[in-house]
Amino acid sequence: MQRIFIVFVFVFFFVAGASAQTNNKVVAASIARGKTVYLQRCMVCHQADGGGVPKLNAPLDASTAVNGSDISKLIKYIVKGLNDRIEIDGEFYANAMPAAADLTDQQIADVLTFIRSSWSNKAAAVTVAQVKQTRSKLK
Amino acid sequence: MKKVTQILVFSSLFVSMLLAHVSTSAQNIKPDADNAGLTLPKGFAALKVADNLGRTRHIVVNKQGAIYAKLERLDNGKGILVLKDTDGDGRAETKTSFGNYTGTGIAIKGNYLYAASNKEVFKYALNDNGDIVDENAAATIVTGLVDKGQHNSKSITLDNAGNIYVNVGAPSNSCQEKDRTKGSMGMMPCPILDSAGGIWQFKVDQLNQSYASGVRYATGLRNVVGLDWNNQLNQLFVTQHGRDMLNNLFPDLYDTTVSAELPSETMYAIKKGDNAGWPYIYYDHFKGKKMMAPEYGGDGVKTVDDKYINPAMAFPAHMAPNGLLFYTGNQFPARYKNGAFIAFHGSWNRSPLPQEGYYVVFVPYENGKPTGKWEVFANGFSGKSVVKNPRDAQHRPCGLAEGPDGSLYVSDDVKGTIYRIMYQK
Repeated sequence: MQRIFIVFVFVFFFVAGASAQTNNKVVAASIARGKTVYLQRCMVCHQADGGGVPKLNAPLDASTAVNGSDISKLIKYIVKGLNDRIEIDGEFYANAMPAAADLTDQQIADVLTFIRSSWSNKAAAVTVAQVKQTRSKLK
Repeated sequence: MKKVTQILVFSSLFVSMLLAHVSTSAQNIKPDADNAGLTLPKGFAALKVADNLGRTRHIVVNKQGAIYAKLERLDNGKGILVLKDTDGDGRAETKTSFGNYTGTGIAIKGNYLYAASNKEVFKYALNDNGDIVDENAAATIVTGLVDKGQHNSKSITLDNAGNIYVNVGAPSNSCQEKDRTKGSMGMMPCPILDSAGGIWQFKVDQLNQSYASGVRYATGLRNVVGLDWNNQLNQLFVTQHGRDMLNNLFPDLYDTTVSAELPSETMYAIKKGDNAGWPYIYYDHFKGKKMMAPEYGGDGVKTVDDKYINPAMAFPAHMAPNGLLFYTGNQFPARYKNGAFIAFHGSWNRSPLPQEGYYVVFVPYENGKPTGKWEVFANGFSGKSVVKNPRDAQHRPCGLAEGPDGSLYVSDDVKGTIYRIMYQK
């Protein structure tokens, strides 16, 4: 019995460890792809350090919204853009954000995963399923 | 006895005249040991008049040497600061404030102070001491100007014939159907130009003027922040922020390096009715040509040779010329007289290249024309040798003013530092 238990525990940790490793690899690949999207489409305004431009373009680094749990809002900003004058962490930003509706679900998941794990950000990855679900509700 | 009194009166007058002279002469003001952190040409020195004022945009100095600074964000509910040097050491000892609106533009002409919100222009009477007669008696001379967030700051300058000039920046990058959106084409004709993207002229002595009562003095100017009336030439000069994001919007036509280096930032000598061509063209200082904008069929090669005025001077891309001042003083060496100082706020869309600007430039003039070569006059505002990201800049030059003794004042809208630059050789 004890022996079976040891084997069970061993197998459990092996499987759990392997799946965590697989998951890390998946996220790392998503971050790498997301970085490419970021450099092409986001960096000019939001900057290489994610710091944005004071008073013009909102920072993504250390942003409450970027690190928050309302992922559908972030997906919507990318798909629809943002023309409203909204306050972000106590500051207003003058430039409009263009819609990037040509990005695929995978690209949006990747770029958000990259942004949410870069600089001082430490928020969870965004999945293709989450993008699909939000996007299907956007007209 | 009478004679003694006379001598006493006379000598005390003489001493007080001397003292008055001492209190305003830049030669006797001690600069900061580190020249306020600035790098300047030989013989120049600088000090911080005041620090941590908030977002000080444009500034003006009255005949008595007091500084009026327009704030972009209210400080204790007030939008205009008054700074005074009461002991003659060159630094401000007192700070008061008034006006319950934010904005950029501020100017003095005759016995009036003019200040702009992002929609209006107000006028205040000054007394013989250069102080505001009644802070609550602002006359609204211009109202209802376009303010949609983007490019909404209003700068002002005045001529000698009772007119005030106000920039109305276009709330757009390049008049695309969808602003800043990849591949979206330009609207033809650009409808924005009816009420923005130009300079409007109004009368200083009329109230509540707007588009219907004003004159569209010049058009095709995307976003002018620096403007000044050149009294020597009796002409308006403006500095335009050129368009952004050629590569991001048209990646097949422009690579990231071209997009970082183009288009030029431009200074124009303006005549009534001029059209500088935005959004249909941009300027390329490498080619010395006006280029057709990609939103209107351009491809980085097609030029436009007629219709639009040429710049008086072109500068590297995206450096954001926020302040323009023609120097009329006698304190600086003779070559500076009637030349132009330009405060560059500093770029944000030159990545992946390092950012540029964040300094004050001098453009020498000869016989009413720029000589063609500009030079960095005051550097070091950012506190960095290279600015990679705009948020790293500690200070960003924004406004310029000339003091009664010919000192040059520079405002910073990050920390709210006012610099005074003096020639002390």
